[in-house]
Amino acid sequence: MNEIKTLIWKEVTLEWRQKYALSGMLLYVVSTVFVAYLSFSLRRNQLTPIVWNTLFWIIILFTAVNAVAKSFSQERYGRLIYYYSLCSPQAIIISKIIYNSLIMLTLSGIGFGIYSLVMGNPVGDIGLYLLSILLAAIGFASVLTLVAGIASKADNSATLMAVLSFPLILPMLLMTIKLAKNALDGLDWSVSTDEITTLLSIDLIVITLSYLLFPYLWRS
Amino acid sequence: MRKIWWKILCIVIIFYVILMGLMGEVPHLAIINESIRNTYYHVALWLAMTTLLFASMVFSVRYLIKGRINDDDIASELAKSAIFFGILGCLTGSIWANYTWGDPWPNDPKLNGAAVGILIYLAYLLLRSSFEDEQRKARISSVYNIFAFAVFIPIIYILPRLTDSLHPGSGGNSTFGSYDFDNSIRRVFYPAVIGYILLGLWLAELRIRMKRINRVREEITDSARPVTH
Repeated sequence: MNEIKTLIWKEVTLEWRQKYALSGMLLYVVSTVFVAYLSFSLRRNQLTPIVWNTLFWIIILFTAVNAVAKSFSQERYGRLIYYYSLCSPQAIIISKIIYNSLIMLTLSGIGFGIYSLVMGNPVGDIGLYLLSILLAAIGFASVLTLVAGIASKADNSATLMAVLSFPLILPMLLMTIKLAKNALDGLDWSVSTDEITTLLSIDLIVITLSYLLFPYLWRS
Repeated sequence: MRKIWWKILCIVIIFYVILMGLMGEVPHLAIINESIRNTYYHVALWLAMTTLLFASMVFSVRYLIKGRINDDDIASELAKSAIFFGILGCLTGSIWANYTWGDPWPNDPKLNGAAVGILIYLAYLLLRSSFEDEQRKARISSVYNIFAFAVFIPIIYILPRLTDSLHPGSGGNSTFGSYDFDNSIRRVFYPAVIGYILLGLWLAELRIRMKRINRVREEITDSARPVTH
């Protein structure tokens, strides 16, 4: 536990020291939202809730891929070997997943704020929508962390990251969009229990698998 | 004549399935009519594909535990023949859908899931091809293969059941076994599944042997080459 805490703290300080990475991601979200706003601005009143919802999740998806992709490539090779000799791989993957989830939560929270500011906010049930953002942030972060670990071992890691992660993340994305749609319509929470449990179980499967498989990845 | 019996069995079963599929007795059902015969090809191909992918995952797990490069060869070639079956399954399903649902690619969660599943495994092949070092390639693609199978099963078998689908077994439609799977179909369907699995294994086996021979040949040429300084 202590190990994980230290590692998360290390990630946070590292991020704080090289502020360009985090501020770059923030700027990425803001400018994507703004591009979407400008592209739709002529017909904003024709923007149906479905389009609103889908557009938001696609922005979040691309943000997630870009934000998590750097989690292994950011550090130099020598330092990775240093970690390898110092801590257990399980602690590393868990700390990376937790840290990336936090980053995703921040980014999608800020993204949601700006998005609803410029594009209007038709959400009927804010609590459920925030819950879907929370579940999606954890899920995206955990899938993408392992995929980033895989892709960082190869040479053409940027292409590989997109190709490997999009199909893997798709079921999660579809479930999230559905849950978010329920929240948008302000449906009763009992309608969405199916989606919530499915999302939770997918998250659980993915995190367990990352925990089991990462040691093999780390060794190479 | 090493272990030739299962290849003969495979050929016999496949011919039996083709023959019975075209000429055998089938139950008469509304809407699908004679196209029920496609069960022998389409449904059986999907089941065979899932079995092969499962076997591929098992060999990936074995590679990670034991670290023998042969296991990774087997895993990758099984995945390749499974992808081949997946594409065939899509094509036969497309023909079927064209006649019963009136559209070769209706917007159905199971179809889209199948397409995504094939994309996942094509990405697996891409990942394999982007490494030079064999042990590294084997380890990393094994990790991805296990991960991919764990995502593939929900996409194909669980998520479509939660939504409305044209396929049986989802959105309140009953499953196959309950209403139209009488004995005349079973007699062809189960052999068909076994036949396709055997065919997939055969395809994989040929490619694995080719790979091993190539590896041995490379080693021989490497060792035969004069050492230059």
